[in-house]
Amino acid sequence: MTPGASHGVDAGGGLFDGYAEAALASGAWDEMFTADMGVRETSAPVHAALAGTELRDLRGRADALASSYQDKGITFAVGGEERPFPLDVVPRVVSAQEWSVVEAGVAQRVAALEAFLADAYGPMRAVEDGVVPRSVITSSSHFHRVVAGIEPPNGVRVHVAGVDLVRDAEGAFRVLEDNVRVPSGVSYVLTNRSAMAGAMPQAFSDQRIRPVAAYPRRLLAALRAAAPVGVDDPTVVVLTPGVYNSAYFEHALLARSMGIELVEGRDLVCRGGRLLMRTTAGLRPVHVVYRRVDDEYLDPVHFRSDSMLGCPGLVNAARAGNVTLANGIGNGVADDKLLYTYVPDLVRYYLGEDPVLPNVPTWRLEEPEAREEVFDRLAELVVKPVDGSGGKGIVIGPAATAVELDQLRERVSADPRGWIAQPVVRLSTVPTLVGEKIAPRHVDLRPFAVNDGSRVWVLPGGLTRVALPEGELVVNSSQGGGSKDTWVLADDRPDDPAPVRSRSVAVPPAPSAPPDAGPGGGGAADVRDQQQQQQQVQQRVQQRAGGATC
Amino acid sequence: MLSRIAEALFWIGRYVERAEDTARLLDVQLQLLVEDPWIDEGTACANLLSVMGAPLEDAQDGDGAPAPRADRRTVLDRLGYDPYSSASIVASIGGARENARRARETVSTEMWEVLNTAYNTVPTGRWRAVSPHTFFAWVRDRTSTVTGIADSTMSRDDGWLFLVLGRSIERADMTARLITSTASLGGPASRWPSLLRACGAHETFLRTYRGLEDETEAAEFLLLDRLFPRSVVHALAQAEKCLAELESSGQRAGVFDEAQRRLGRTRAELEYRPLADVLAHLPDEMERVQRTCSAASDAVARRYFSSGEALTWMGGRA
Repeated sequence: MTPGASHGVDAGGGLFDGYAEAALASGAWDEMFTADMGVRETSAPVHAALAGTELRDLRGRADALASSYQDKGITFAVGGEERPFPLDVVPRVVSAQEWSVVEAGVAQRVAALEAFLADAYGPMRAVEDGVVPRSVITSSSHFHRVVAGIEPPNGVRVHVAGVDLVRDAEGAFRVLEDNVRVPSGVSYVLTNRSAMAGAMPQAFSDQRIRPVAAYPRRLLAALRAAAPVGVDDPTVVVLTPGVYNSAYFEHALLARSMGIELVEGRDLVCRGGRLLMRTTAGLRPVHVVYRRVDDEYLDPVHFRSDSMLGCPGLVNAARAGNVTLANGIGNGVADDKLLYTYVPDLVRYYLGEDPVLPNVPTWRLEEPEAREEVFDRLAELVVKPVDGSGGKGIVIGPAATAVELDQLRERVSADPRGWIAQPVVRLSTVPTLVGEKIAPRHVDLRPFAVNDGSRVWVLPGGLTRVALPEGELVVNSSQGGGSKDTWVLADDRPDDPAPVRSRSVAVPPAPSAPPDAGPGGGGAADVRDQQQQQQQVQQRVQQRAGGATC
Repeated sequence: MLSRIAEALFWIGRYVERAEDTARLLDVQLQLLVEDPWIDEGTACANLLSVMGAPLEDAQDGDGAPAPRADRRTVLDRLGYDPYSSASIVASIGGARENARRARETVSTEMWEVLNTAYNTVPTGRWRAVSPHTFFAWVRDRTSTVTGIADSTMSRDDGWLFLVLGRSIERADMTARLITSTASLGGPASRWPSLLRACGAHETFLRTYRGLEDETEAAEFLLLDRLFPRSVVHALAQAEKCLAELESSGQRAGVFDEAQRRLGRTRAELEYRPLADVLAHLPDEMERVQRTCSAASDAVARRYFSSGEALTWMGGRA
C-alpha cells in the first residue's frame, strides 16, 4: 500500500481501522475509496463529516435513528413482529454523471418492458419476428390470459417500476432484475432522507443533494392520468392487503402523502361492472386502484377463489373500462427472470436503441448446452428461480455444500424452465457502521420509475440495500438486510432549475408587528404588578424594621 | 369517508377516553383505600372490578381452592397493567394504537406518534417499578396530549365527528361507572370530594356551589351539570350533537337515528326526573346509562360501519 493511501484512511481517526484490508479482501468496487485507498471525489464531504465524528457520537446517532423509526412506526414485520427498518448512518453518494446513466438506462428499460407487455397481451409481434420464443411468455407463471385484450386507458401497464441494479468490480451499473408487479421500498427512500437530514446535517449543507420528496406527487399525477376515459376528477385509492402485510407502512405512507384513501379488499364492492367503496355516506365510485395486492389475490372470480384480500368482479370492471388497475395484472411476465435474458434484445427491437444498462451475463438453463456448462461449474455460480422475489430460493455456489448442490442439480433437471444461472457478481461495497467500526458491506440499488404515459420519470435516489453479514452477497430486507440513504448529487445543468428558482424568489420579509401581549406575559410588567411588588417590598422592609425595634 | 376508517376513529376516541378515565378512577379509588379506615379492602376491590366489568371468576368448582380474594394488586393488574385484561389501561392504549395503525393515512402523524410511543413504552415493564400514581399521571398526560393534538390538527369533518362521538359515549359510560363505584362504597359523604377530584371537577364544583360540599350536590354536578364537560348529561348531549351533524338532513319530525334516539331519551330521563328520584336509585340509573351507551355504540356501528362482514367467494370452478 502506498503512503498516500494510508493517509486517506487514517483521517477517520480510528473509525476506518481495518477498512482497507477488508475492502481489498472483498475484491469489489468500493464506492468511497479508490483501489489505492484515496477518497473518491463524490464521497469526500461524507468522508470529511465522518472523519470529524467520534465513534461514540456516531453510535449515538445510529441509535437515535433506530429509536426514532420505532417511535414513528417505520417498521417492517418479520414473522408478525414489528421491527424498526434498519437504516445505516453512512449515506451512499452517487455522482450526477453516474446518475445520468442510471436514469437513462432505467427509463429505457421501463419503456421497453411497457412495449413488451402491450405486445404480449396483444398481437405478439415480437414472437412472430423471432425475438422471444412464444413458450417463454406463455410458460411464465405470471402470464395471465384473462387480461389479454384489456387496453389500459393511457396505454400504461407499468405505472411504477423498481429496477434492481448492482455495480460490478469495474464500478459499472448492471441490471440484476426488473420489478414491474408491485415493487416496494419507496417509502423507505422518503423516510430515510428525512431521518438522515436530522442525523448528518453538515454533510447535507456541503453539497447539493437532489430531493426525493416529489415522488408522491408524481405518482398521484401518473395515477390520475391513467383514469378511465371521460372521468374528469378520478377517485384514486391505494389497495392494501391489510395491517399485517409487511409493507403496510409503505401503503399507509403513500396513501397519506398522496392524500387519498387506503382501502382493504373488504371496503370495495363491484356492482354492474363498476368498482365502489363503502363509505359512511354509502357506496362511492372508485376509478383508479393503485393496488399493492398480488395478482393471485386480486379477484377471486378469476384467480384464487379463497382470496379475501381482493374484490370479486375487479377484473371485469377493468375490462369494462370503468376502473384502471395500477400496476396492470399479468405484468409478472415481464419481470420473469428468464425473460430478463431477452430484455436487451427487446430494447433493440421495440425502441431501436442499444441498451444503456447491461444485464448480468445469464445462462438459460432450459437450453441443454447451457445447462451442461452450468452443471459443470455449479460451485462457482449463482442459481436463481425465475419467479422468486425477496432472495428466496437463491443458491450461491461458492457458499453451498456438496449436498445442496446435488439437490439443486436435481431440481433444475426436473424444471429447467424454472431456473437461471449467473456468475457471482462482486457487488460494490460502501462503508457501513457495523458494531463498533466502519466496514465495507455489499450493496445494491433499486431506483424507482413512474410512468405517466407521456414520459418515464426516475426518482433521483433509490433504495440502497445493504447485506449486513460480512461478505454476504444476497441483499434483502426480509433476510436481515439494512438500508442506506442514497444521495444523488445535483450537477449544474440548467435542467434542474428548482434550487435556482427558489433562490430568485427569496425576498426579505417585511418587518411585522410583534405579537400581541397579554397580561402575565414575559414583557414589561403591568403597573399594577409593579405596585404589588413594591408593596411587598415595603411590607418586608416594615417587618424587618419592626423586628429591629423589638 | 371510508366506513372502516370512521370505525377506527370512533374507537380511537373510545379507547383513549377509556384509558384516561380508568386512570382517573383507579388513582382516586386506590388513594381512598389507603386513606379511609372504614373501607374493607376485599369488598371494595371486588366492587371496583365488577363496576369496571372485570369481575373475578368464581372459585373453581369442586377442587376446593379458595376463592381468589380481590386486593390492590389484582385491581392494579386487571385494570392497569395486564395487556390481556380487556378493561385495563394498557389494553386500551394498545387498542387505540392498533386502530390508529389501521387508519394511519387519516390520523395525523403527530397523533400517531404519541399513541405509538405510549404503546411502545408500556411493555418495557418500567411501570410496575414506579408508583401507580406516577403511572396514572403519565396516562393522563399522554391521553391529554392525544386529545389536544386531535383538537388542534384534525379538520372538523366526519372523521372528527366520529372521534368525538366515540369519546363522548365513552365518557358518559365511564362517568356513570365512576359514580357507581363511589356510591357502592356507601359510608361517609367525605368520599364525594375524591370522586370530584377524579373527574378533575373539584375546583369547578367548589366555585359553582360556593363550597357547600354535599353528596346530593356532588352527584347532581357530575350527573346533570350542563357546562361541565365530564358530566353525564354534557357527554350525552355532545354525542347527540355529533350524531345530528352526521345526519345533517333537517328532519321535521322526530329523530331517525337509533343511536341518537337512545342517547336523547336517557339524557331526558336524567334531566327531567326529580333529582331525589334519581339519587334514590343511583346504581340502577347509572347502569341504564351504561346500557344506553353500549346500545348506542352498536347502533352507530350498524348504521355507519356496516362493512364488517367478510364475504366468501364460492368459485364456480371449484
